[in-house]
Amino acid sequence: MLIKIAWRNVWRNGLRSGVVIASIAMGIWAGLFIISVSAGLNEQRTKDAISTYLSDIQIHNKDFVKDNNVEFRIDNMDAVRQSLSDNPNVKACAERVVLNGMVSSSTGGYGARIMGVNPEQEKAVSSMYEKLVDGTYFEGMKSNPVFIGKKLAEKLKVDVRKKIVLTFQKDNGDIVTGAFRVVGIYKTSNSKADEMNVFIRAEDANRLLEESAGIHEVAIVANEAAVVDTTAGTLGAELPGLSVRTWREVSPDLGFADEMMMQMLYIIIGIILLALSFGIVNTMLMAVLERKRELGMLMSVGMNKTKVFFMIVLETVFISLVGGPLGVLLGYATVTYFGTAGIDLAVVGKGLESFGMSTMIYPNLESGFYLNVTVMVVVAAILSSIYPARKALQLKPAEAVRAI
Amino acid sequence: MSAVIKTNNLQKYYNPGESLEVRALDGVTLEIERGEFTAIVGPSGSGKTTLLNIIGGLDHETAGTATIGDTTITALSDNELIDFRLNNIGFVFQAYNLIPVLTAQENVEFIMLLQNKSKEERQRRTAELLKEVGLGDKMNSRPMEMSGGQQQRVAVARALASKPQFVLADEPTANLDSQSTSDLLDIMAELNQKENVTFLFSTHDQRVIDRARRVITLEDGKIISDEKR
Repeated sequence: MLIKIAWRNVWRNGLRSGVVIASIAMGIWAGLFIISVSAGLNEQRTKDAISTYLSDIQIHNKDFVKDNNVEFRIDNMDAVRQSLSDNPNVKACAERVVLNGMVSSSTGGYGARIMGVNPEQEKAVSSMYEKLVDGTYFEGMKSNPVFIGKKLAEKLKVDVRKKIVLTFQKDNGDIVTGAFRVVGIYKTSNSKADEMNVFIRAEDANRLLEESAGIHEVAIVANEAAVVDTTAGTLGAELPGLSVRTWREVSPDLGFADEMMMQMLYIIIGIILLALSFGIVNTMLMAVLERKRELGMLMSVGMNKTKVFFMIVLETVFISLVGGPLGVLLGYATVTYFGTAGIDLAVVGKGLESFGMSTMIYPNLESGFYLNVTVMVVVAAILSSIYPARKALQLKPAEAVRAI
Repeated sequence: MSAVIKTNNLQKYYNPGESLEVRALDGVTLEIERGEFTAIVGPSGSGKTTLLNIIGGLDHETAGTATIGDTTITALSDNELIDFRLNNIGFVFQAYNLIPVLTAQENVEFIMLLQNKSKEERQRRTAELLKEVGLGDKMNSRPMEMSGGQQQRVAVARALASKPQFVLADEPTANLDSQSTSDLLDIMAELNQKENVTFLFSTHDQRVIDRARRVITLEDGKIISDEKR
């Protein structure tokens, strides 16, 4: 009967309860949507970084990790190749020459990270070839082709087939300069990286390096995300002299953002619920104060304090249980729709690209998050009901029963 | 006849010892026997409501004792009083005070639910009581769908649902028209005579006073007359 009374009490003032329910639903919906967009942005940023520059696992000379110097090559490449071919979790790998140097054109010079790659091998670990916006991906040019980012091309004021000069050092400090011709221009969602990374063929890099030739980095793609850590562990054990790191270790900022995101999402939902709680407290307090006489009667005829308290809590929980799941359902529908259709944020594209984010956002939320949010709504409702329920208990039945 | 209600030198002072001290009850001693149909009358501020509140276990005395049956309720804690009220006292309020979201049947049944009575007993007794107050056909009506007189009759049925030792009615006819008042008094008088239910009213209403078989008059917190008819 208490449940019946509480439920019917919710609908005594349908408009007021409806407004509170709508505000809870809209708050939760808006919260979930904002969070899903943030999570989608972050996930996309991470995926883009992994699929273009990072790959799942990277192997380096241990000294190269501390100091990106040309002399810290991977000496035992044969052992590395053997380990990789023996490991069933390794889907693909690519060898890279990594040089820090300068790229210049007639208009000026800029610092760059020069990546010497085997274009065909690279296709298996990086989607960079898909980011082509002009020219080709190392095709149709036999001598010293270079693949550069759109942002860098704009800074250097060069187009496809224009010449640029790459400068870097050998082991002994001698400066090597090579003239390269732009074979293709790419554009990823990370404009900062596009500005920094220049791709040439590993054979061209090693030819210029002469006695300093070698491999500095092996990029590996695992069969699936779940085996990345175990694969890195296995390879690390097999190649003790080398640094074997997952993308989280190579780019701690990305890993940190990934871990922090979930905590941030809960904090955001917590703040939304806190704001909603004030509305719930206010509504329930009004409901209690305008029903003084009825509550006074209930206490007069022998309804004990626990039951009165429970009745008020139940009313609050019912309001939240209608509004909360409605908001979660709306949120789920919106996230599912835009998760497939995407949201085009081209208007703020430049700002997002400078943070390494794509302008096409696909909101995404883990399914467990919806359940957790529903639980959080109920907990917030119970906490919000405590103050109005305590107010009800403080009523003196003899006075309350005559209240106007 | 055995006394259902006994008060001994009952006093209720507001702001005791201060210049604005109000003596709402100033030494009230009375006995109400089982089956009485008693009206407590007096001008506003005479202490009628205060007396009913203390006898009903809704308020605490400053001094003196109030005993219901064998229980000195003035010695009970607030939580003990809640249970005592539930099982021993029926209340009829001036403004009916039914639960608006429940039907007449549910309003009456609710008290027995608080007493943890079985569903069969609750339904049987509710049907009996509503029939006795002439509302057998209004069981599924909500308070908003009934007249004031009908609501007050539901309130009487509710007051009797817990099989109390007596029913306290605070100005039960104050909001009723003549016909409803007459109907309600007929029902209460019949319950009193046929089932020996003890009724104690506070009232200003001459129609109620005329029907009472005992009239206790209060003034300034003291009994100034006690007339048995």
